[in-house]
Amino acid sequence: MAYPQAAQPAVASPPPAKVILTSADLHRVVDRIAHQILEKTQGADRTVLLGIPTRGVPLARRLADRIRTFEGVEVPVGVLDITLYRDDLRLRATRAVGHTEVPSGGIDGQRVVLVDDVLFSGRTVRAALDALSDLGRPSSVQLAVLVDRGHRELPIRADYVGKNIPTSLTESVKVTLAESDGADEVKLIGGAAQ
Amino acid sequence: MIKHLLSGADLDAETATLILDTAAEMATLAGREVKKLPTLRGRTVVNLFYEDSTRTRISFEAAAKRLSADVINFSAKGSSVSKGESLKDTALTLQAMGADAVVIRHPASGAPHRLANWIDGSVVNAGDGTHEHPTQALLDAYTMRSRLGRLAGLHVAVVGDVLHSRVARSNVLLLSTLGAKVTLVGPPTLIPVDIATALAPGVQVSYDLDAVLPTADVVMMLRVQRERMADSYFPSAREYARRYGLDAPRMRRLAEHAIVMHPGPMNRGMEIAAEVADSPRSTIVEQVANGVSVRMAVLYLLLGGRGAGAAQ
Repeated sequence: MAYPQAAQPAVASPPPAKVILTSADLHRVVDRIAHQILEKTQGADRTVLLGIPTRGVPLARRLADRIRTFEGVEVPVGVLDITLYRDDLRLRATRAVGHTEVPSGGIDGQRVVLVDDVLFSGRTVRAALDALSDLGRPSSVQLAVLVDRGHRELPIRADYVGKNIPTSLTESVKVTLAESDGADEVKLIGGAAQ
Repeated sequence: MIKHLLSGADLDAETATLILDTAAEMATLAGREVKKLPTLRGRTVVNLFYEDSTRTRISFEAAAKRLSADVINFSAKGSSVSKGESLKDTALTLQAMGADAVVIRHPASGAPHRLANWIDGSVVNAGDGTHEHPTQALLDAYTMRSRLGRLAGLHVAVVGDVLHSRVARSNVLLLSTLGAKVTLVGPPTLIPVDIATALAPGVQVSYDLDAVLPTADVVMMLRVQRERMADSYFPSAREYARRYGLDAPRMRRLAEHAIVMHPGPMNRGMEIAAEVADSPRSTIVEQVANGVSVRMAVLYLLLGGRGAGAAQ
């Protein structure tokens, strides 16, 4: 495999990447979503944030942190791993199962806000809704995402959107966060060079 | 991920740890209202049992059902096996019915290995003769890890009828892979010559239980398998119990944190005294509960992904 490529000294240049949100932008966006959650839920009463791994989890923690700063309200944060509920398990090699952690108060009768980094086909959210119904019966479920890149395959929409980014299917959105990747940034990678 | 689970030696440290970690997640299911996952919907798991079993068969059945797989139970009694059907013909029947996984227990050592060559699905060895029982070793390792917090560096004494014990063989292989130190203890007639070097490096053999107890973190008592004994391996049950049975005075010689395990079924009063089996050190009931979680993890990791079966 390596031989034909080795014959060419210049390796194909990496696909073009465009920064969509810088670290400062990302913080502002998280602040705004935290305010919106407070507004829409009348002070985040009886509300639980559930992050979807990997990057939904630090985002949910940040939102809870901002809500605490803004209004002094303590919002429970949990982790909802959806691996065992995916609809594409048979299409790929076996995935490792992640850790699910429901806040001690449970989710029965609570308003659950699912938190994820990118909303794309909607299949992750579909799996998360199935997982939720096995864990309990929330009074309502909302969805907060950092980036909505379109191309939904299911009738699902977000209640809180950090940034809408129109994309083509050949592009990918790369979110990095300080907690998991060392730096905060959102990039659009691939597609036609600008 | 591996396609079959036939032997404790099939698992390297990384895969074994993945199974134990997955089992820990599966165990959280037990505390939930809905104890079921949709993960293996539409997959078929056949329990093919040529030998009597309570724990293992029920455990595999519960594990498969909690993952929403369809379960077909087959026991040799009352099937065409009593009319003389061979293992191969039975295997081809299962193949034709589209079994994604076959869990097999068989009195002949090596039967699961043969089966794995005949069918496209995954084969899980649920005990073959006096050879291996890898999911028992996994659930034992899981139990040790959850009670004692680690496996590496633990001293595990495996006591009793090592000669006939598939549990012992799989445990020695897996525990050595995971960094525990194993000592086999029993009468010389029930410990095969050279077994220590044949199974894994670093395995010790002792004929004196009392000498081993003070340094053991885990004491795993094995059942004396009288149904497999054609000869006299020891003079009398009473003498065996005196020298190799775990009774209350012996239990007091154990370290404070040490645990007592038994794969079941127990001969109370023979290899283990009733007061030991029912003491807080005993993990015997825990082992059964952990068995379901570990078998869920194994079934998920074998069947959860793309075509572990024929597609490859």
